[in-house]
Amino acid sequence: MYEFIQHVINGLAAGTIYALVALGYTMVYGVLKLINFAHGDVMMLGVYVGYAVAFLLGREHLGTISGALLVFAVSLTACAAFGFFIERFAYRPLRDKPRLTSLITAIGISFALSYGFQLDLAVSVGGHSITLLPGAASRRFPAIITPTEWAVLGDNDVIIWNWQVISFVIALTLMGGLQYLVFRTRFGKAMRAVSHDHRVAGLLGIPVDTIIAGTFMLGSALAAGAGILYAIKDKSIQPLMGVMVGLKAFVAAVIGGIGNLPGAVVGALLLGLCEEFIVGYTASSWRDAVAFGFLIVVLLVRPEGLFGRAQAEKV
Amino acid sequence: MAEPRRLGERAPCEPLLDVNGLEVSYGAIKALKGISLSVGKGEAVALIGANGAGKTSTLRAVSGMIKPGSGVITLRGESVGGLKSHEMVPRGLAHAPEGRGVFPNLTVQENLDLGAYLRRDKDGIAADLKKVFGFFPRLEERRLQMAGTLSGGEQQMLAISRALMSRPTLLLLDEPSLGLAPQVTQVIFRILRDINAQGTSVLLVEQNAHLALSLAQWAYVLETGEVAMEGTGQALLASEDIRKAYLGE
Repeated sequence: MYEFIQHVINGLAAGTIYALVALGYTMVYGVLKLINFAHGDVMMLGVYVGYAVAFLLGREHLGTISGALLVFAVSLTACAAFGFFIERFAYRPLRDKPRLTSLITAIGISFALSYGFQLDLAVSVGGHSITLLPGAASRRFPAIITPTEWAVLGDNDVIIWNWQVISFVIALTLMGGLQYLVFRTRFGKAMRAVSHDHRVAGLLGIPVDTIIAGTFMLGSALAAGAGILYAIKDKSIQPLMGVMVGLKAFVAAVIGGIGNLPGAVVGALLLGLCEEFIVGYTASSWRDAVAFGFLIVVLLVRPEGLFGRAQAEKV
Repeated sequence: MAEPRRLGERAPCEPLLDVNGLEVSYGAIKALKGISLSVGKGEAVALIGANGAGKTSTLRAVSGMIKPGSGVITLRGESVGGLKSHEMVPRGLAHAPEGRGVFPNLTVQENLDLGAYLRRDKDGIAADLKKVFGFFPRLEERRLQMAGTLSGGEQQMLAISRALMSRPTLLLLDEPSLGLAPQVTQVIFRILRDINAQGTSVLLVEQNAHLALSLAQWAYVLETGEVAMEGTGQALLASEDIRKAYLGE
């Protein structure tokens, strides 16, 4: 029984990280009908920015609250700026072109990031070597949150770590905030209008470019947050880390019904649990096969995803 | 280019919208080859013509949905050519597009709220909401229903009402009668007449030339991207050529 509880906790912890990435995916899809395949790599970028900040802060600030907040803040801001940048220069010029064009562009950005980061590039300024691109080797992500046991059940049978609780709380807060933003605010109202028809939204006075750029920035910032949480959990980072997480989050978003925010969260939690159980009770080599198999089953039974709905519409 | 034929005398009024030598191309195809037209304050002006004559393109260029290739568009004395559509709304222009463009997964109320997106005056918005519900009581009954479940006529009513929610000085309407039963069309045009009588200027594109000409004080006949003829609604209705070409008589 304890083993089962431990798996549930680990599964939820993994699921919340997928959920944050999946939210960005589903939000961008909801507004632009674009699957932003570079999303996982934006997450990876956020992790490296966080790594750089933690490195610059130095050891004495590791594990402090202010240090952790600074890592998050800089990483989120940098990714939001990067999200703005790729939307402005890669996707916006293609907005009225066939959708496949943007999709392939997204894949291109993904490759550019994940392989570009595998280059070693450093410049020497005044005797100091400054790393611009980190290279392919994996690095150890500094412990910006000192891992401690938050709760222990039984005789050390179930351990809940503080970072698990922290990521769960952060993820839930962000989801709630996002849901509020989309359904209760003016910006959200505009987002929904743009998602239905950006040309008509423009006719109503909604600044479409601004709304889309904002959505991208928000999604990218969420990815950065997820990335830092992931790095805290996994401890090791490398430039290809975003590819699989991105794919899994995409699977989660599709399972929940792409474009649907609560769906993305539920899909991600289910996926996290599913993977954890597979790893815990069978062999870990089955993990990815089961994750994608789960997607296939959901698509066979409910092609619109668990929370997607077929639309009633008269024409 | 020959000057278009002119039938009847236009009642003098203060200029509101002025379009001069408007050209629009889609790739290699020239949709508008130098259109000039104007709408005065309080006027209802119609654009009639066959499919592909350039009526919708004209509206789209005026409201900023497409970029004009050349030509000058002036609204209340300000040159507005090349502005984006969301920049036209605060300048007093509203465009109910072809195909209605209501948001099917939002309720009637939410659609109307979006029409007032740029406004902050809660009282004014409430008053205008009451006003459009006065025009189309059926929308009030279906306030909380998804717009996608409305009938075609109701969706058209919603599209017009949503455009009115920005309290425009100039309302562009693209084919409000398209696909609607004659009785429904009658209702909509009666309301459009009221809206115009209450001071909103209207630029109307319409296949149904008879309806358009009986509503409009002035009308332009478009042929393959050019203005072929213009005149008062009454004079055009009486013209032999128009009757043959557009009224099926």
